[in-house]
Amino acid sequence: MLIGHQPKPFLLAVEGLTVSFDGFKAVNNLSFYVEENEIRVIIGPNGAGKTTVLDLICGKTKATSGSIQFRGKELTKLKENQIVQTGVGRKFQTPSVFEDLTVFENLEISYPRGRTVFGSLAFQRDAAVKERVEEVAEMIFLKDRLDTYADQLSHGQKQWLEIGMLLIQDPELLMLDEPVAGMSVSERAKTAELLNRIIKDRSVLVIEHDMKFVEDIAHKVTVLHQGQILSEGTMEKVKNDPKVIEVYLGH
Amino acid sequence: MINSRFFNRSELIGFIALAAILFVILPLSLDVFRLNLVAKYLTYAFVAIGLVLCWGYGGILSLGQGVFFGLGGYCMAMFLKLEASSVENTKIQSTPGIPDFMDWNQITSLPLFWQPFHSLTFTIAAIILVPGLFALIIGTAMFKRRVGGTYFAIITQAVAAILTILIVGQQGYTGGINGMTDLRTLKGWDIRPDHAKIILYFVEVVLLFACIGIAQFIRLTKLGRILVAMREQEDRVRFSGYSVANFKIFAFCMAAVFAAIGGAMFALNVGFMSPSFVGIVPSIEMVIYTAVGGRMSIFGAVWGSLLVNFAKTGLSESFPQLWLFGLGALFIAVVLAFPNGLSGIWADYVQPRIDRLLASRKSKSGTPWADNSVADGAPAE
Repeated sequence: MLIGHQPKPFLLAVEGLTVSFDGFKAVNNLSFYVEENEIRVIIGPNGAGKTTVLDLICGKTKATSGSIQFRGKELTKLKENQIVQTGVGRKFQTPSVFEDLTVFENLEISYPRGRTVFGSLAFQRDAAVKERVEEVAEMIFLKDRLDTYADQLSHGQKQWLEIGMLLIQDPELLMLDEPVAGMSVSERAKTAELLNRIIKDRSVLVIEHDMKFVEDIAHKVTVLHQGQILSEGTMEKVKNDPKVIEVYLGH
Repeated sequence: MINSRFFNRSELIGFIALAAILFVILPLSLDVFRLNLVAKYLTYAFVAIGLVLCWGYGGILSLGQGVFFGLGGYCMAMFLKLEASSVENTKIQSTPGIPDFMDWNQITSLPLFWQPFHSLTFTIAAIILVPGLFALIIGTAMFKRRVGGTYFAIITQAVAAILTILIVGQQGYTGGINGMTDLRTLKGWDIRPDHAKIILYFVEVVLLFACIGIAQFIRLTKLGRILVAMREQEDRVRFSGYSVANFKIFAFCMAAVFAAIGGAMFALNVGFMSPSFVGIVPSIEMVIYTAVGGRMSIFGAVWGSLLVNFAKTGLSESFPQLWLFGLGALFIAVVLAFPNGLSGIWADYVQPRIDRLLASRKSKSGTPWADNSVADGAPAE
């Protein structure tokens, strides 16, 4: 290493990550690094292991081997809720919101306070909570729907609500699995606007198929194929990579 | 101010109606024998309220609540049995001063685990702590390993079966299949005569309302909303930073403690405790009371316990063989046709009609000063 050159510490360092399901290696010796305030998009054909990578980082799936370091903390040894508390937020592919609760209650549950059993018994809906919920609700275009039960929302609104539930956690790393899938054109545009606003001051890891959307937001793109990295770099570089064109973009 | 937030309008009506019936109408209209039957039915209401929290809200179906009902009941019965087995009362036994069933089983001294039940304070603590700790152990073992749903229900059944077999098998320590009978006094106060039964009934109803209050409090906290959230989207709760297992353990323990209080009141009101209230069948019956009342409704749980048991007594007096079929049919009917039970029927059919009736009456007698907002809210007909 050069003297006087301090390497910038990575926010997320994934090294040698492997997970095998009954011998099938869904993710195979994968390494990549995400910097602070970087927006990284993972693309790749179906079954490439994209969602599995997010599952591994957030603790939903346990790694067979390898390491995931977040701010120097080893995530593979932590439970899901501890990983959330270190500052990693995850949005699922299908909107997973609490349909029997109102928009307000959905956001309130995600508010990072009173997360233990007795903490939640003593939790008070005070001014700080209300203010933050309203602030986030405004960002996700649901300010006038706070008292609506989540099962009354449209698909797109549910997606926004889940993004809002992550925002209120204020994670340093936000992981989004196909945030615009199944959205109408106008919802898509609004979501891009929303994402562009919320990605400030945090790193984001996005899985997306919509190439137009990827081009709009990505700083760097990682192409996965059969659990391994096929190509990595700027959108421009990846787009012109003959291997990528063959397995993914060519279709 | 606090009251108006603690219960909403229809809950307040439900609360007042239940309080009026249990505190005033039933004691005035029933003879002591029937009132004592109501007291017996209400002991199951404690279990049903626990199940509302654990099953209705938390989505954790326990088919083994009889275990906790039994543990609470046996703790109470052990204290009462010891008091009934004074040296004076048992002088015809070969070993006076120990419970009669021990003497019949050639046990010559009081077993060690029976000793502390000479103390009422210990007994009351044990009624809460023994089932609570047992639920904590089962809950921790299951929920930390992510055993849930049907598997959990089956395991609770197994626990109920095991405890029954254990109680029946250890006749010398537990009274076996006959249970603990001939319970007489509580700290020298005879629990058998009519006036004692009436007092015990009121003590039970007060405790029941305390449990309703605790359950309602839990329901209104963020924990109550997390239980609902967990039932629907367990992963989302987990990825919102909560340890789902801990919340399930809490709900399960609360349900266990409520059930145990019911069991203890059973021993006091009915005057005995036996393994027939511990096993699989009574445990499932307790779930049926909750389902009939409406598994999301705390008051519904009380109504479900009362009505199903009244029906049980009525029907099994006239058609003893038919009762079990009737109970099974009732359960199927409720699950298929009225998944929210009686409280759902009330909320969906009765309440709107009452509201409409009140609204139309108000608008008919409407004066220029009358509050129009109620009438406006009614559907135009």
